[in-house]
Amino acid sequence: MSFENYMKIEFLSKSQNESFARVVVASFVSQLDPTIEELADIKTAVSEAVTNSIIHGYDKQNEKVYLECRIIGNTIEITVEDFGKGIDDVDLARQPLYTSKPELERSGMGFTVMETFMDRIIVESEKGKGTRIKMIKKLKTAKNKE
Amino acid sequence: MQLKFEVLNNTLVVLLNGELDHHSAEEVREEIDKKIESQNIKNLVFDLTNMRFMDSSGIGVVIGRYKKINKLGGKVGVANLNPHVDKIFQMAGIYKIICKFDTKEEALANL
Ligand SMILES: Nc1ncnc2c1ncn2[C@@H]1O[C@H](COP(=O)(O)OP(=O)(O)O)[C@@H](O)[C@H]1O
Ligand SMILES: [Mg+2]
Repeated sequence: MSFENYMKIEFLSKSQNESFARVVVASFVSQLDPTIEELADIKTAVSEAVTNSIIHGYDKQNEKVYLECRIIGNTIEITVEDFGKGIDDVDLARQPLYTSKPELERSGMGFTVMETFMDRIIVESEKGKGTRIKMIKKLKTAKNKE
Repeated sequence: MQLKFEVLNNTLVVLLNGELDHHSAEEVREEIDKKIESQNIKNLVFDLTNMRFMDSSGIGVVIGRYKKINKLGGKVGVANLNPHVDKIFQMAGIYKIICKFDTKEEALANL
C-alpha cells in the first residue's frame, strides 16, 4: 500500500513569507523522515520558487502565492504558483546566470539550484497569466538510508 | 539575520547569524556596505559558522560585495561553510573570484 498525503496553502507575496514557506514544507516533508541533506535541498528549492513568484511574478506585495505539496510513497511533489507576469522565454530563464533583474543583485542561479536539488522541475508559464513550477524529488527509503 | 562585525588590520570579518535569503539580503548588503565605506576596509571575510540557511540570493550578496572590494584592491574570503552552501557556491562558480577557507583564522592569515 502506497502512502499518500496532500496539503495546500496560500500566502501574500511578501518577502517575509519566503522563510514561512520553507518551514511549512520542511515540516510537512518530515513525515517521510528525510536526511538533513534532503531537507536542505528541498527547503532551498522551495525558497527559490517562492522568491521568484514574489520578486518576478508580482510587482506588488499583496498578491497571492499558492504552495501545494503531495507525498506519494517516497516521492514529494511541490507546486508553487502565481498569477503574475509570466515568463517570456522559459528556456532562456532556466539558463544558469540569466536574470532579468541584475540591478537587484540577483544571481540568475535560482532555476539551476532548483534543478540541481530536485530530481525534476516542470515550468509552465504564460505571459500575463502566471507561472507554475512543479518540483519532484524521490527520497531515499528508510531501508537504504542507513 | 543578525550580523556581527570585527575589524582586524584592514580586514572586515562578518559573522552571519541566521538565514540568508531574498528577504534578509537587502539588510545584510546595506550593513556590510556601510562598514566597508566607513572603516577604511580592504579585505572582507564572510564567517558562515552560524548561517543556518542560504539560497541563491546569497550568491548575489557575495558577488556584489566582491565587486566593491575588488575596486578597492582587496580580496574576499568565505570561511566555515557547510557542504550545502559549498555546493551552491560551486554551482555558481564563485571560487573563481573568492577564496574558500576552513576557518576564520586561516582566512585572516592568507588574504
Ligand atoms: N514566477 C516568475 N514570474 C515571472 N518571471 C519569472 C518567475 N520565475 C522566474 N522568472 C524569470 O526567470 C529569470 C531567472 O530566474 P532565476 O534563475 O531564479 O534567477 P533570478 O531570480 O536570480 O533572476 C528571472 O530573472 C525572471 O526573469
Ligand atoms: Mg530566482
